[in-house]
Amino acid sequence: MSSAALLTAEGLTKRFGGVVAVEDCTFSVPTGTITALVGPNGSGKTTVFNLLTGYLRADAGTVAFAGRRIRRPDPIRLYRAGLTRTFQQARIFPDLTLVENLVVAIQQPWRTIVCRAIGRDDRSRAFELLEEFGLVQLAEARAGSLSYGQKKLLEFATVLMAEPQLVLLDEPTAGVNPVMVAAIETRIRELNARGLTFLVVEHNMNLVMRLCDPVIVLDHGTKLAEGRPADVRNDARVLDAYLGA
Amino acid sequence: MRWITPGGLLRGGGVFGLLAAFPFVERTDWIVNIGVFTLMYAGLATAWNLFSGYTGYISLGQAAFFGIGAYATGITFEHISIGSGYRPFYALPLIGLAVGLVSVPVAWVALRTRAMTFAIVTLMLLFIVQQLAFNLRSITHGSQGVAVPQPTFASNFDRPYYLAMLSVLALAMLICWYVRRSKLGLMLLGIRDDEEKARGLGVRVTGAKLIAWALSVGLTAMIGGIWGYYLFSIYPESAVDPLVMIGAVLMAFLGGKGTLWGPMIGAFVLVPAQQWALTSYGATRLYLIAYAGVFVLVLLLLPRGIVPSLADLVSRRRFRATDRPDVRPTVERVAS
Repeated sequence: MSSAALLTAEGLTKRFGGVVAVEDCTFSVPTGTITALVGPNGSGKTTVFNLLTGYLRADAGTVAFAGRRIRRPDPIRLYRAGLTRTFQQARIFPDLTLVENLVVAIQQPWRTIVCRAIGRDDRSRAFELLEEFGLVQLAEARAGSLSYGQKKLLEFATVLMAEPQLVLLDEPTAGVNPVMVAAIETRIRELNARGLTFLVVEHNMNLVMRLCDPVIVLDHGTKLAEGRPADVRNDARVLDAYLGA
Repeated sequence: MRWITPGGLLRGGGVFGLLAAFPFVERTDWIVNIGVFTLMYAGLATAWNLFSGYTGYISLGQAAFFGIGAYATGITFEHISIGSGYRPFYALPLIGLAVGLVSVPVAWVALRTRAMTFAIVTLMLLFIVQQLAFNLRSITHGSQGVAVPQPTFASNFDRPYYLAMLSVLALAMLICWYVRRSKLGLMLLGIRDDEEKARGLGVRVTGAKLIAWALSVGLTAMIGGIWGYYLFSIYPESAVDPLVMIGAVLMAFLGGKGTLWGPMIGAFVLVPAQQWALTSYGATRLYLIAYAGVFVLVLLLLPRGIVPSLADLVSRRRFRATDRPDVRPTVERVAS
């Protein structure tokens, strides 16, 4: 594991009226790791994701990605810089075909907007990814016709189109069957072995313990613990937060 | 997606060839007049579809730009002395370009809203432009309206207007077809399906929407320009008329918004039906019921619009005729 941080969040704070969703949250995602962000429901994990990716504006705190401080996180700029994400509920473009879903995600300079929607290179790259994710037979089908698990896979494949450095996965295995969970786990491992860094929000603790290192635990919007999976699992504060013991 | 298919070329060439031949075959004035209004609504619905159908932002304000286009034609007569005959038609691309560009800052503000709020904001825009048309008397002559000199054409009076409307409709269809097959089209459809997701995938959503808006508005203004010249007089209440916009939007919904041929088909069903009902039952106002009846019938039978419903029907039949491939994921298949 490389110790250099690819993503750093310092003092992130977000309030919704009187509710403090995230408070003074500081952590980093080392390059080349599969870092987990876990915590009980309502602990602020998805809010942190939204703050990191510019879907929400933080009330306080800073984000740095690839050594550069991001002054005003914006999804478009961050995507182009190599940081991308999936959503808790699989979000795809239901009226587009699977190939079109993937091609939308290719970074396009303005001068190419009048060019053919799917160029030869775009198509071959899309088919490559669909092949990897076992969806190639459905390449020309409407994405809306996929099962939920397939939509999750498609969403995952989509965010890889622009060859990002860091992928934020928001509950990648939520609502999918065990076969699909195994498939997603394998895919994450393979991509990580190729050098892709992940930050994963996940409730499946068995998967987290197998897959992720380090693990960051949030509770009530603040960082409760951070460390190796075994250490976190035995941390009394974590047990207390999860079990209320 | 292939740029041009032989079937598509044949379809487009055949339809527009027949439409171009129509006023030369049918010389009855009132029928060609219905043709002019059918093409006008087909053009408006297609232009509306280019923005609203492809992005999912329902604009109810395009009639404002229809009116601006009409007034622009009137102004070319009054202040530029463009001359009568065919000349005003040549100014249409410039009117479209100018109105399209000028509308961009307005759209930039309006597009900060979404969904129903956007629809209301654009509807307000329509009423603001109508009020301006009433009150900017030095330009529009207020409720007295702008008079456009009656042209003299060597041929049938309605035919040049018919062909001008047909040309703008063909241009609108060509732009829609091109946009749908371009990367811009893919961006717009992505925005329609899930704008937040599209932003997260690096799609420059604001720029894409503004381009579609400017194209749509430019085409609408060109159609308004022809309409103003056709009627000889431009009044605020008729040039900036919400009913014109609502009619065009209904036609797009009826034919199938977001499809290439849908809005045009919707106009070709509704406008002649409306005109027929008007001439048959106009005196008793029963024509409104007949018009609504046509609309209700199609909505009941084809709720998503004519083109998508028929496309679904065809694809269901094809699907039944072929075995569905086994695409259930397995660990081996996904991870191999």
